Amino acid sequence: MRSRRALLVVPALVSLALATAACSGSPSDGPTAAASAPPTVSGTIQFWHFFTDREADVIQGVVDDFEAANPGVKVVVKSGQDDQKMRQAISAGQPIDVGLSYSTDQVGPLCSSGDFTDLASFIERDKVDLTQIPDTVLGYTEYKGKRCTMPALADVYGLYYNKKLLADAGYTAPPKTLAELTDMAVKLTTFKADGSIKTLGFMPLLGYYENAEAHWAPSADAQWLNEDGTSAISGSPGWTTLLEWQKDLIAKLGGYDKLAKFQAGLGEEFSAQNDFQTGRVAMNLDGEYRTAFIDDQAEDLDYGTAPFPSAQGFESTYGGGYITGNIVGIGKGSTNPEAAWAFVKYLTTNTDAQVKLSNGLKNVPTMHDAIASPDLEVSPQFQTFLDIFENEHSATTPPSGIGAEYQTIFGTHTAKWQSGKETDLPAMLKTVDQEIDAAVQLQAGS
Amino acid sequence: MASAIRRRRTLTAYTFLAPSLLGMVIFFVFPLIMTVVYSFTAFDLSNPPRWNNFANWKFLFGGDPLIGQAALNTLWFVAILVPVRIAGAMLVAWALTRARRSSGALRTVYYLPALVPPVASTIAFVFLLNPATGPVNRALAAVGIEGPGWFTDPSWSKPALVMLGLWVLGDIMVIFLAALLDVPTEQYEAAELDGANGVQRFRHITLPNMAPVLLFALITGVIAALQYFTEPAVASATAMGKSSVGAGTSQLLGWPDGSTLTYGQLLYSKAFGANLFGYASAMAVVLFLVAGVTTAVLLRRFSSFTPEVAS
Repeated sequence: MRSRRALLVVPALVSLALATAACSGSPSDGPTAAASAPPTVSGTIQFWHFFTDREADVIQGVVDDFEAANPGVKVVVKSGQDDQKMRQAISAGQPIDVGLSYSTDQVGPLCSSGDFTDLASFIERDKVDLTQIPDTVLGYTEYKGKRCTMPALADVYGLYYNKKLLADAGYTAPPKTLAELTDMAVKLTTFKADGSIKTLGFMPLLGYYENAEAHWAPSADAQWLNEDGTSAISGSPGWTTLLEWQKDLIAKLGGYDKLAKFQAGLGEEFSAQNDFQTGRVAMNLDGEYRTAFIDDQAEDLDYGTAPFPSAQGFESTYGGGYITGNIVGIGKGSTNPEAAWAFVKYLTTNTDAQVKLSNGLKNVPTMHDAIASPDLEVSPQFQTFLDIFENEHSATTPPSGIGAEYQTIFGTHTAKWQSGKETDLPAMLKTVDQEIDAAVQLQAGS
Repeated sequence: MASAIRRRRTLTAYTFLAPSLLGMVIFFVFPLIMTVVYSFTAFDLSNPPRWNNFANWKFLFGGDPLIGQAALNTLWFVAILVPVRIAGAMLVAWALTRARRSSGALRTVYYLPALVPPVASTIAFVFLLNPATGPVNRALAAVGIEGPGWFTDPSWSKPALVMLGLWVLGDIMVIFLAALLDVPTEQYEAAELDGANGVQRFRHITLPNMAPVLLFALITGVIAALQYFTEPAVASATAMGKSSVGAGTSQLLGWPDGSTLTYGQLLYSKAFGANLFGYASAMAVVLFLVAGVTTAVLLRRFSSFTPEVAS
């Protein structure tokens, strides 16, 4: 009798689980705009972001400005919240009105899941001028035509070079092509008596600081995904060009093992021991935020910045670079969507707010007006990144339903390629395609 | 009358058990069943899960290019890290029972590393074992030995994590120490009178008396190794010069060359990186089954090794 009762418990629990699974999540698209904009907004909104310490203070300054301009609104700020935590909270139904994410890789999941509401009705009603935002940036803040996020600030990548080390080697200007970069990197590299590398002209290994496939891609117009979300990697000649250039430079600098040993002794990226800041490497790929770190940690460093060199056959793309950035959206459980939208609009389309954020965080504003603003604090080195941002050849990684998984899959193969464990490049790129497509299919539910 | 009393006693027992039973159902049984259900669906955490025709399971056993490497790395830690930690803890505990002076201070010294948060201890180890600037390789170089790449070399990254595991063995050492001190001394005296040597005394007296504690250490160690996550993830990121885990470049997962990619890290990456919560659920079900079967086998295998059976 007792065992029969126990037997009944299992199907009961399974039935409950199935019923719960069927009811899990909410397929709703979240809040939409009222027919006409309210004359004033009021109430409380909850704002989650990932910044901490000094950077959180910069954000708070802009929040204070917004509250002063909208006396009826109280913004409750939750700082230090990473993307995973924010997504879990939104999915669990927490009333997060505004969320700020650090990763454009999250745009696909955030839009396709409905965690961030579609902003189209708000943008249309308030006639927001999206021409203020470059096309590349508009591209990485929407997914399959659904604009669920707006760009807050951007990170832009370019080449940093040590002027003194270049001058000592007889160079007066940074490289503009990858061939020039190779020649200069070889000439700028010095060795110790035991044959190990003492100082490096340029590190060609992926995984070193900001050396990532995505950050190199604009140099050869290398493409990631097709329109339908499947992999475009093997069909994009830019990848072959970049990876063969990398292999050549690795060989010219003494081989993978020598470079890996040099890499093992690197200083932490965001500390004063960063290899570029200490002069251990002469040229390095990095984001615009490095200018702030150098001001703070290595103010005597004599350095310049330039767009990352172009690959052979892609010289016309020189001037562009990789762009990514912070994104902001309205949670699907927002209880005060009008005030939330007012805040999102303030953060992303108000020139003064953008300038203040940029001056404080040393990131690139995402509006043309803010970039042209006389109030924007611009050093010659920082100006390079503003130019790259506005360049038509700048590119980003496309949003995908599988987040950054397509980059992860590619990365597992390029790691083998650079170490010499993979030698058949065309076959490797085909395998990358197959693996990405399998993940895309799995996410789509087939 | 008797049945009424029995019913009342049963009701009382269930009333007292209710809070923990409820906790079990809410926080263990129900999530477990939900995980099994999600493993047959495409699920993005926000929208209702959709049945996907066993696609997660097919991908798990024939499509995921990283699952083999992650499983092998994890099994390596189960096979090497767990026994090494148990043997090391046993040796230290035995040595501490022999200490005639400062035994309290020595116990504290050996236990203290276990109190250090795993993230901090891992970062400290990466700095100590930095092949270019770390004191370990400098000391080795001083005596003419070229030190390995440790966390930056695919061949040495796992052994380096085992060394870290040995440093923080205080948690099981303190249990072994208590068990060793609990072994009746008259048994050793009787064995000595019978002419048993040290190895025989260890095999026939120490081990059987410690069997329950050893079994506990083995089972909890195996389960922890199957779920190994924090130390390899932090070691990869720190050795690459990154200050964050989870976000960052595509090369971060299991760096160097996938050598520290564990099953737990891959599961996390599939769920929160690739948005494949259904697939991650299938991975979690497999992990649960492997842990359950391993525990059952160990319990059965070691049932003949309890003091009662062994004596």
